[in-house]
Amino acid sequence: MGNANAMPAQSSVVTASAQAGKRRTRFPAGAARAYTMVAALALLWLIFAIVTNGIFLEARNFSNLMRQAAVTGIVSVGMVMVIIAGEIDLSVGSLVGLTGMATALVEYYWHWSLVSSLLAAILIGLMVGALQGGLTSYGKIPSFIVTLGGLLVWRGMTKGISNGRTYPIELPSFRALGQAYLGRTTGLLLLAVALAVVIWSVIHRNSLRKRHGLQPWNLAAISFRIIGPSALAIGFVLALNSYAGIPVPVLIFVVVALAGAFVTENTLFGRYLYAIGGNPEAARFSGINLRAQVLVAFCLLGFLTAIAGVIYTARLGSAGPDAGTLLELDAIAACVIGGASLAGGRGTVLGACLGALFMVSLDNGMSLKNVPDFVQDIIKGGILVTAVGLDVIGKRRE
Amino acid sequence: MQETLTSRRPLLEMRAIGKSFPGVRALDGVSIELYPGEIHALVGENGAGKSTLIKILAGVYTEYEGEVTIGGQPRRFGSVRDSEDAGVAVVFQELSLVSELSVGENIFLGREPARLGVVQWDELYSRASHLLGELGLDLDPRTGVRKLGTGAQQLVEIAKALSHNARILVLDEPTAALTDAEAEGLFEILNKLSNQGIGIIYVSHRLQEVFRLSRRITVLRDGRTVSTESATGLDEQQVIAKMVGRQVSQVFPPFGRTRGDALLEVRHVTAEDPVVRGKLAVNDVSFTAHRGEVVGIAGLMGSGRTELLLSLFGCFPGKVSGSVVIDGREVEIKRPAEAIAHGIGFVTEDRKRTGLVLDQTILANMTLASLARVSGHFVTNESREIAAGRPLFENLRIKAKSLFAVAGTLSGGNQQKVVLAKWLMSEARVLFLDEPTRGIDVGAKQEIYRMIDKLARSGLAVVMVSSELPEVLGLCDTILVLHQGKVTGRFTHENASAEQVMSCATGRQLCA
Repeated sequence: MGNANAMPAQSSVVTASAQAGKRRTRFPAGAARAYTMVAALALLWLIFAIVTNGIFLEARNFSNLMRQAAVTGIVSVGMVMVIIAGEIDLSVGSLVGLTGMATALVEYYWHWSLVSSLLAAILIGLMVGALQGGLTSYGKIPSFIVTLGGLLVWRGMTKGISNGRTYPIELPSFRALGQAYLGRTTGLLLLAVALAVVIWSVIHRNSLRKRHGLQPWNLAAISFRIIGPSALAIGFVLALNSYAGIPVPVLIFVVVALAGAFVTENTLFGRYLYAIGGNPEAARFSGINLRAQVLVAFCLLGFLTAIAGVIYTARLGSAGPDAGTLLELDAIAACVIGGASLAGGRGTVLGACLGALFMVSLDNGMSLKNVPDFVQDIIKGGILVTAVGLDVIGKRRE
Repeated sequence: MQETLTSRRPLLEMRAIGKSFPGVRALDGVSIELYPGEIHALVGENGAGKSTLIKILAGVYTEYEGEVTIGGQPRRFGSVRDSEDAGVAVVFQELSLVSELSVGENIFLGREPARLGVVQWDELYSRASHLLGELGLDLDPRTGVRKLGTGAQQLVEIAKALSHNARILVLDEPTAALTDAEAEGLFEILNKLSNQGIGIIYVSHRLQEVFRLSRRITVLRDGRTVSTESATGLDEQQVIAKMVGRQVSQVFPPFGRTRGDALLEVRHVTAEDPVVRGKLAVNDVSFTAHRGEVVGIAGLMGSGRTELLLSLFGCFPGKVSGSVVIDGREVEIKRPAEAIAHGIGFVTEDRKRTGLVLDQTILANMTLASLARVSGHFVTNESREIAAGRPLFENLRIKAKSLFAVAGTLSGGNQQKVVLAKWLMSEARVLFLDEPTRGIDVGAKQEIYRMIDKLARSGLAVVMVSSELPEVLGLCDTILVLHQGKVTGRFTHENASAEQVMSCATGRQLCA
């Protein structure tokens, strides 16, 4: 009867991907999905703005919200790569704790400089990524198990090296990583650079199209491609400038997100991740070294988690033994809400970032309304399952 | 039992059975009847309709034309359960045991003896033990199935089938995965069951077995019954003639390619089965493929054809020995990446499983094996990819909206073209094709044939595995026949005949 069941199962796989095809006609761009996400986020913000009498969207809170989103967002960018490859990492919350604690300790006891303590955190992140990625890809232990173990081990180490105590961050330059703002003028300069890059890249890509004998975009397409991102960038910078300027962690997040989007969409590594997650056998037959790619994905996630750990610690101004607890769930939820499939092969950095913004907005908005912690947890859990459920139903309809 | 035998009323009658799939008429007026105590062999080439017929009897396919009568009563099965309840038990080629459960649990899976929902383990195991005893199997029903060899698992399947008092037992290629000794054990048990009045439909490619076991033989070809005759009045050659008896039609491009230098030389390649110790999946195979030549590898399923290609491509899970020479230089291929670097492309048997990333676009699939060269070494360049992909898209006449259509939305023939495009883009000089036309409609097949011919004419060496004899005879310059991992026949296009190739494939005649 094995045969019997194989037939319908196979055909349903075909139709499912056929449906996906209607929505996504390009590489993993997922434009329709991104618009839905933006709409959902706008709706959420509108609701919070109404119930908080506008406080939610005030310049101060918006700035604060973005700063909170930086940590979850940076981890989500790494997480989505691992998820696209068909793996998972449950240990990132603990790793945020461990790397944050390590930087605090080397500064507190040994008075390490900013750069050395940053390097220490990044080294730990990379080592953990390499270890977990290696056990997964070369050791063939499922990543769920490896990183579930990691969740306990890194948290245990964090508690061990800190003796359960919280350590303050004294170094002003370190605290600045989480707390400082770029001046308004700097923000505007960066904005100008960003706009120039957008315009240059559109024109450059268009000239490449011509050179390779493709139909160049018409004027409408060119202006659309320039105006969309530009408007977003202008609005973003002006909104942040209306409070105190761009927060440093937000700048780091934006850089990480852009780099992550570039890596997943415009590098061989990124393309291989999608192939491996989508169909590991086809990837293997195409000569791709699956294990090396998965290892690199875990290392990147470890690296980004270390950066998130540093920012988290700097923002709070101290490192505690429980820092980053449950962050892994927020990051995974962000990826999934942003359209990633835990089965692998699907997901985008843009989606993960929007998902992170969504999760953090929930936290922020509910805290503003003084919603009790336990209610927040219940609502977040409910929304996660509902969001994915709606997506599944939507796909089935199509 | 005595009574049923003397009354000669058929246990099972399937009359004028027809079944269509989109684009294919799989069965067209097939009839077969089975008497109590009879072992009735069902033979035919791959794709002749045997599996479809069995699946109708098993209640897997519920939409069909014609009539199924069991014990004189017309039946129409709505599900596998219906069929089981009517006394039909089907043991499919791929075993359906749950390897983590015990023998006894498997036998009664879904029908565990229970009181108020509590499983009666003692009853389950004693009944299982009794059943195994009846089959002459000395096996503890508490043994985990995973610990059993394939042969024993096959027998457990049969025990499972008989546990619901089946009167009709259908076996699909039961000896395909068995050693000779295990097969002997199976034959003994089948004879015993037939003496008890159970009717057995025995599907097999192995004609020697068929003649040893069965009383009557039904031959299917292209979805039709060719004949049903008593085994004593037939010999193997006659059956083979009935199986293949059709003209090689005009769908193939004319021959007349010119053979160039030797491009791929395979010497004494042997591959050990990764699961069954001591079994050789490929046993000392040598052949040469020249530029401009299409080499056909014929053989039945499980004869080691795919394993041979996998071994050469560096992705066979077992141990591989022997040597491979490409363009005069001996090469060592341990990974697909190395095979690709040496100019080998592999259009695998199962497009969906090993060929395509279904979620991704046509272009992403096309470039997957040659991204670094076609696109960029670290950063991809979409424009260059499009520029490289478009000529292939047009030349292969892939029917899709654009290069950015998702591969999963295409028809089988177009998916196959995308896989082919992937290897053309990787600049393969040696192209492996494993069942290149499986599951593709007739029109698209013809297109694929023409493409293969064109590729060979352009100087590629093509090595093609196929179960379809006409394809091998109509397209290949040289033909290699495998049986149980060994080469049993070598032909050139001029001296090959369907009968001879089939004889070698069934292991009868050794012309190596």
